[in-house]
Amino acid sequence: MSGLAVLGLAVSLFFGVLLFAALTIWAERRLLGFYQERYGPNRVGPLGLLQVIADMVKIMTKENWIPPFADRPVFVLAPTIIIVTTLASFAVIPLTPLVVMSDINVGLLFFLGMSSLAVYSVALAGWGSNSKFSLLGGVRAVGQMVSYEVFMGISLLGVVLQTGSFSLVDIVRAQGRLWFVVPQFVGFVVFFIAGLAETRRIPFDLPEAENELVAGYHTEYSGFKFAMFYLGEYVGVTLNSAMIATLFFGGWQGPWLPPAAWFILKTAFFVGVFILIRGALPRPRYDQLIAFGWKLMFPLAVLNLAVTGGIVLASGH
Amino acid sequence: MWSILRSIWIVLKRVFAPKVTVLYPETKRRLPARWRGRIVLTRDPDGEERCVACYLCAVACPPSCISLQAETREDGRRYPGVFRINFSRCIFCGFCEEACPTYAIQLTPDYEMSEYERKNMVYEKEHLLISGQGKYPGYNFYRAAGLAIKGKGKGEAENERPPVDVKGLLP
Repeated sequence: MSGLAVLGLAVSLFFGVLLFAALTIWAERRLLGFYQERYGPNRVGPLGLLQVIADMVKIMTKENWIPPFADRPVFVLAPTIIIVTTLASFAVIPLTPLVVMSDINVGLLFFLGMSSLAVYSVALAGWGSNSKFSLLGGVRAVGQMVSYEVFMGISLLGVVLQTGSFSLVDIVRAQGRLWFVVPQFVGFVVFFIAGLAETRRIPFDLPEAENELVAGYHTEYSGFKFAMFYLGEYVGVTLNSAMIATLFFGGWQGPWLPPAAWFILKTAFFVGVFILIRGALPRPRYDQLIAFGWKLMFPLAVLNLAVTGGIVLASGH
Repeated sequence: MWSILRSIWIVLKRVFAPKVTVLYPETKRRLPARWRGRIVLTRDPDGEERCVACYLCAVACPPSCISLQAETREDGRRYPGVFRINFSRCIFCGFCEEACPTYAIQLTPDYEMSEYERKNMVYEKEHLLISGQGKYPGYNFYRAAGLAIKGKGKGEAENERPPVDVKGLLP
């Protein structure tokens, strides 16, 4: 691809992902409303679709305030990290057979690395805010990420073993006959739960925990810097849904419809599942969360890896 | 594990449940008759103002949003020359209605009083006074309480008892 085409693709991908994340915010508010026998925002624009724009206008016209007790450079830097890392991960995801920003041979590792870097955003926000609630949220986020990153990576190794490649393009192509959700069902479940923890959403929203920590790591944030955290969360949800669709549900593969439509449909479905789980489940205690991660999910992921490795070895390719 | 899936399923089923939200401007709730909303001044069956400007409502009002000025008619009947309610302060407690000895001031089931300018929330007498009798049709304070006429005080006519001595302790 020429440089101009790459640039055009990058810009359109950037705005496409942001638009999808904005729609996700709207969908979450509407769907949560339906789950709670309400309507959700339905006034601004048709079906309330323009509510996100109204919120954006409101949040951008707010004062850009930094608390006097905060560590200024860290405080300002933290929200940008989450949005940069989550958006950068989209570069390696194949949207259609032809459209992929960069088909690097370690695309999966790039995704894992970027999602690990996102922890810095939360941790630095908690530290830089210099307030007790924020620090508690940041500490919780770090502890949670340390436990969940590990088996998130291991749960994906089954897919890598079956494909024989870290490239997401190859992984999608390998699912032509059978989606990886069938042979790698355990891996899918573990990765889904790790994805929930990764995006810090209920039931794994302990870093935020508004009942205990006001708003956790972004207690001190307002205006556009808060919007970046907020948008980063939904871009993260979109990213994890897209990764689930890519790794376990055949990415753009599917009959009748064009590949891009299949990819967007699958992503939207998993965004819906994320929202449904947020609407349904309570938040566990912190020690329960860590114990769940290390004592149940981690052995499950390792077992899945071992069994997959054994089968791949035995079948002889 | 099973309970988690079950609770997700229960929540998902709620999508098809009827919504509890009342979409307000399109559908309006039916208000009870005793709803405490916009305050009005009513008239007696003869079409006269019921208010006798006794100031009891202004005294009872917790946020002191009622102000009035008593004046006397040529026949000796008192009426409010100025009657002003500041609805931006009113808390719609209904104490003025309870305090009123003549059922003049009443609260009505109307709450749509929004204004773009705050000073429009101050209602003058011409905004408050209605032509009807409100919740107590047929009630006339002077018929019930009696009225001193020329040469004859309260309770001195036939079939009348003298008025209660409000300062005495005897029943």
